[in-house]
Amino acid sequence: MENNSSRRKFLLNTAGAGALATLGPVRSWAATVGSSGELGFAELPDGTLAEQMLYALPGKVPLIKKTFRPPNFETPVQYFRTPITPNKAFFVRWHLAGIPQVDAKKWRLSVGGDSAEREVILTLDQLRKNFNPVEITAVCQCSGNRRGLFEPHVAGVEWGAGAMGNARWRGARLKDILAKAGVKAGAVEVIFDGADTPPLEKTPDFVKSLPVAVAQDENVLVAYEMNGAPLPHFNGYPVRLIVPGWTGTYWVKQLVSVKVSSQPEKNFWMSTAYRLPRGKFNTPTFESQLYSANEPISAQVVNSLMTSLRTGQRIPRGKPIDVKGVAWDRGTGIAKVEVSVDSGARWEEAKLGKDLGRFSFREFSFSAPTKEPGSLVVMARATAKSGETQVEKLIFNPAGYHHNVIQRIYVEVV
Amino acid sequence: MSLRTFAALAALALAGSAAAQENKVVLKDGPGRDKVQYCMACHSVDYIQMNSRFLDKAGWTGSVNKMINVFAAPIPKEDVDAIVTYLSTNYGKPAEK
Repeated sequence: MENNSSRRKFLLNTAGAGALATLGPVRSWAATVGSSGELGFAELPDGTLAEQMLYALPGKVPLIKKTFRPPNFETPVQYFRTPITPNKAFFVRWHLAGIPQVDAKKWRLSVGGDSAEREVILTLDQLRKNFNPVEITAVCQCSGNRRGLFEPHVAGVEWGAGAMGNARWRGARLKDILAKAGVKAGAVEVIFDGADTPPLEKTPDFVKSLPVAVAQDENVLVAYEMNGAPLPHFNGYPVRLIVPGWTGTYWVKQLVSVKVSSQPEKNFWMSTAYRLPRGKFNTPTFESQLYSANEPISAQVVNSLMTSLRTGQRIPRGKPIDVKGVAWDRGTGIAKVEVSVDSGARWEEAKLGKDLGRFSFREFSFSAPTKEPGSLVVMARATAKSGETQVEKLIFNPAGYHHNVIQRIYVEVV
Repeated sequence: MSLRTFAALAALALAGSAAAQENKVVLKDGPGRDKVQYCMACHSVDYIQMNSRFLDKAGWTGSVNKMINVFAAPIPKEDVDAIVTYLSTNYGKPAEK
C-alpha cells in the first residue's frame, strides 16, 4: 500500500509522469526469467515469458532458453556487468537445426568463386600459421536483439536485451585470405557458408554475403579464438567470421566456404530475410543488394544497456543510485553516455570506462544521490562519435530489427 | 511422407541430444494438436508459445504459409486450415474487449 500511495503521489506531482504510464504494472516481486519489463523496457509477449527458462547447454552456463531446436539462448543481464562476455555465457543463435560437431582436424576452408583467380583450401593449422594473427574486441549482436520489446509484437525469436556479447576475437584477416585466392576486377560480393544444414533438403541453406569492400576491410576476421580459447561449439567452433560493427547475421559460424562473386547472392537469407524498409536507418547501404523495394540490414545502431538496476528496485534514502552499464555502436566509438534520474528532464554525463577499441562495449557509470523518498525514472542515452544517439520512440520495422529505444527503469527511494 | 514417419523422424533427431529437453515442451490440448507434429520435422514447438499471444488468424496463416512456401515444410494443403485454427484458437491474439 505504501508503494501504491507514494507512486500515486509521484504521478500527480511530476511533469514526466507520461513516461511512467508506459511502464505498465510493476512486478518487482516476480522472479520472472528474462523479463524485459524488469529491465525498464516494454515487456516480452506473455507466451514468451511463460515458455522461457534458464537452461544450460553442454559447455554453457544456464542461459535464457528461447527455443531448444534449433538452439536459441539469450545471455542474462548479469553477464553484461563486465565488458567482456564470458564464452560460457555468450548467446546462442542458430537458424537451422542441422548443426554438426565439427572435427577441427578434418575442417577445411574452401576459398574460390567466379571472381577469384584460383581456389585455395586451408586447414586450421594453415590458417593459424600462414597468416598474421590479429586480435580485435568486438560486439556480436543479433539483428533482432530486443525484438520481443516491439510494440506491436512481431513474429520471430522474441529476444530480450541479451542476444549480444562482446569478445576478444583472434584470427586471420579475411583480406589476407582473399589475397591468396586473388580477387578479380568485377568482384561484387563475397559469399559465406557454414557447415550447418537444414533438416529438410528443400529448406534454403543459411548463406550470407558481404559487399566486397566490407569483406576486404582490415577488421574482418576469420576467427579461431574467442577470449583466448577455442570458440564454443554453439558459437561456431572451430572457425567463424567476425564482421565488427555489422549485425550478427553476417558473422557466419562453422565457416567452411568463401566465394568471391561477380553477382549478388539472392538466396532467401539475403533477398527476403534480414531486410529493412529503405532509408529508415542511417546505416551503410549494401548497394549490390538493392534489387527490390527493401534493403539488407547492415551495421548496428548506437545502443546501451543499464545492468545495475531493476525496475521496482527499492533504494534506501541516503544511499546513491548506482547506474552502471555498457554502450556500443557500429564502430565509430562511444562519445558519451548521459544519465537522467528525472524521467529525462535533466541529463548528466556518465563516466566512461576503459576504451577496449571502437567496436567493443564501453562501460559507463554514474552515481546520483538520493534525498527524498519517492519514485524515479532512471534513463541512459548513448551517443556515438558519429553523432548518432538512441531514440525516444521505436523505429518500427516489420521484422523487428535495430531496437535502440532508451531504457526507463523505475526505482523507488524508501 | 506420413505424419507417423515425421513424428518418428523428429524423435530420431532428438535422441541423445541436449534438444531431448524439447520433449518437455507441452502444447495445449485441442483439435488439430496432432497435426502440429509436422512442425517438429524442423524445429521444437516452443517456437509456438514464444510467438504468442499476439498473432491473429491472419498472422498465424502467414506464419504457416511461410513455413510451407519458404522453408518447404511438407504440410499437406488439406491440413493447413486445421493447423491455423489450432494455433489461432490456442495461441492467438485474445479478442478485443
